[in-house]
Amino acid sequence: MSAQDDLRVQDGASDRDGLIHPEIAKPADESARSQDGRRLDHAEATTKPLSAEPQAARAREPQPRGAKIRGDRPIDQAEAAERFLAAPLHQKAHDERLWDLRKKRDTAAFGIPEWEELRELASQIKAHTLSRLDEYLEQFEAQAKANGVHVHWAADGAAHNRIVHGILKDHGARSLIKSKSMLTEECGFRHYMATTGIEVIETDLGERIQQLDNEEPSHVVVPAVHKTRFDVAAVFAKTMGTDPENDDARYLAESQRMHTRPLILEADAGLTGCNFAIAETGTVVTCTNEGNADLSGNVPKLLIHSIGIEKLIPRIEHLGVFLRLLARSALGSPITQYTSHFRKPRPGTEMHMVLVDNGRSERLGMEEFWTSLKCIRCGACMNTCPVYRRSGGLSYGATYSGPIGLIIDPTFNKRKYSTLPFSSTMNGSCTNVCPVKINIHEQIFAWRKVLAEEHQIPLLKQGMMKAAGQVLSRPAAYRAAIGAADSALRALPRFAVYNPLNTWGKGREMPDVPRQSFHAWYKQNRMGKKNDMGKKDALR
Amino acid sequence: MRIGLFVPCYVDAFEPEVGIATLELLERFGLDVEYPFDQTCCGQPMTNTGCHAEAAATEALFVRNFTGFDYVVTPSGSCAHQVREHLTAIPQTEEVKAVRERTFELVEFLHDILKVEAFPWAKFPHKVAYHSNCNALRGIHHAKPSELNKPAYSKPLDLLAKVPGVEVVKLARPDECCGFGGTFSVFEPAVSAKMGYDKVADQAQAGADYVVSADSSCLMHQKGCADRVGVPLKFIHIARILNGAAA
Repeated sequence: MSAQDDLRVQDGASDRDGLIHPEIAKPADESARSQDGRRLDHAEATTKPLSAEPQAARAREPQPRGAKIRGDRPIDQAEAAERFLAAPLHQKAHDERLWDLRKKRDTAAFGIPEWEELRELASQIKAHTLSRLDEYLEQFEAQAKANGVHVHWAADGAAHNRIVHGILKDHGARSLIKSKSMLTEECGFRHYMATTGIEVIETDLGERIQQLDNEEPSHVVVPAVHKTRFDVAAVFAKTMGTDPENDDARYLAESQRMHTRPLILEADAGLTGCNFAIAETGTVVTCTNEGNADLSGNVPKLLIHSIGIEKLIPRIEHLGVFLRLLARSALGSPITQYTSHFRKPRPGTEMHMVLVDNGRSERLGMEEFWTSLKCIRCGACMNTCPVYRRSGGLSYGATYSGPIGLIIDPTFNKRKYSTLPFSSTMNGSCTNVCPVKINIHEQIFAWRKVLAEEHQIPLLKQGMMKAAGQVLSRPAAYRAAIGAADSALRALPRFAVYNPLNTWGKGREMPDVPRQSFHAWYKQNRMGKKNDMGKKDALR
Repeated sequence: MRIGLFVPCYVDAFEPEVGIATLELLERFGLDVEYPFDQTCCGQPMTNTGCHAEAAATEALFVRNFTGFDYVVTPSGSCAHQVREHLTAIPQTEEVKAVRERTFELVEFLHDILKVEAFPWAKFPHKVAYHSNCNALRGIHHAKPSELNKPAYSKPLDLLAKVPGVEVVKLARPDECCGFGGTFSVFEPAVSAKMGYDKVADQAQAGADYVVSADSSCLMHQKGCADRVGVPLKFIHIARILNGAAA
């Protein structure tokens, strides 16, 4: 019999609809219910409705911005997170929205009895593919060429940008519509294109919001999740002339659609990212909910696919494994609204595929970190991460935020992202939700070791640890440090970490100091009184 | 059966009653419990910060102190996890490996090794929220984590079910991290504290009077957060309940 059967476990959570911030719940929102009145508990558009805050309160709380970027200097994630926390309306909505996605993911995952087997299978398919990546890449290239596709290889982000720019220039393209692609973010593609005079138009709604606000995506699946509707209304008012006071989601989405649709229809070229690249057929598969990859891929006569080389899977039969996992992990929906296969150019059009390395080959050679290449960018680790939900994705100051970002970002720039692996409690929830079973929290742990060994952590921190190690390895010094004979301890982890700033007391009360330590109690009450224990210690 | 009692540094300094309860509880089962007097720490503060070299001497001391016992038992899932999974800064001799393999957290020791059927001296007529330390939950597998589609089990709740009067409340986020995270609590204090506030709010809203855990570190952090924001919860280590603490 399980503990749950034995104990009367009370459901105290039901009356608050599963929220830990019930004050922001919006009790009746018809868009969250189906026609028969049932709550819609999956699909991207129906995250848990959160109340529209009073106008005055919103006006007083501008959107917190992300980490300050100062060249290669280490990102201060804690500082940016603190600013995010200082905007409680944003923070609470962010936390509840993403936790809602996590719960939807649980519901969807638990609806499949073989879920854990699927994860294992997906993990193994990726491990196999990565172990023979060179062969599969060559197979993919040959097949794509046979399909009439132009294939390009880019060693890094700069090469990718040059290649894509070159293709556009050759065709005299003046505008490019694109769907969301973390790879192009990684390459700094939009910033690069801004210098070329060719207009880039993002077609994913969230990504378009971020583009218009000149901000990076804060999440790999829901790039504007850190913004409230009011923030979006302000951005659209400024850039498209909509009513700044109207933050109705339908109004905003429709306005964006009316504004962007003509640009899409007139675009000279289209670009998509890639969710899966199938080696045996040379196919690029994209998964979207808005159908925008299809617009980007089918409207213009010139089409470019940017593909990270880790996106390969061997055969079409493997795709089903990943499709069953991807949308369920990301949003709790069984599948994305659109799953599109791009294989060969339609008559009268031209298709290019750019295979991008940008550090992936090097990562493949890192014994402790290569499995991070299995990532299918579902964002489940971000949704479940308690630190991410309270910090906002922009606090990481990197293309990839949240748990997966902590283990990928340092491979791009060890110094700049040296602090990120410390922005975690290593609680391990990320590892458990990962659909391809990347041991994320163990890699965070491993990165800390690498960074400490290479002196990429602050001297202060390493100095504290050295001091702590010296004290904790010498019983007499340790006893002296924790207040030898029960003298009062005033600064909690001080004895363990020697933190001169005593940040414990900033957000928490200090613990009560007991009359005596266990050690002193034992000495007083048990030493010499219990058979040979006292004798043994007296000899030491 | 000779047991080495490991009392983690923060229990030693801040919650001696948890060490005492653990000692007395193990003795109630007729075990020969020794407390090596020169013990300090398992090395976790350094290791978790990436500073493995800085942890080596502390790890060596730990192994010296705890060599030769049938089992090493500690009232901390986090420290047991450190010893079993991460005590690797020193050469892995047979002696080191033996200490690591024999180190158990109290709940798993009672549940898996002693297979305790009853705690006749204990009763605790209160509504409690159980808090799983993340290392206890996902590192040494105290219970099925909420993320996995696997059969449910919970060693700490199995033990609490044997204590008359205990009523466990259901949280909105049953195993969300409370934000302690070891040195995370001092290096990233704002996020750490906010996670703590949210955790104690969830526990209070679920109707708990007490928060029970197998780890004093999480409890200490949560108590500090609850006291700061004025949430009237009480915090107690599971060792004390199992040893018959009245409340």
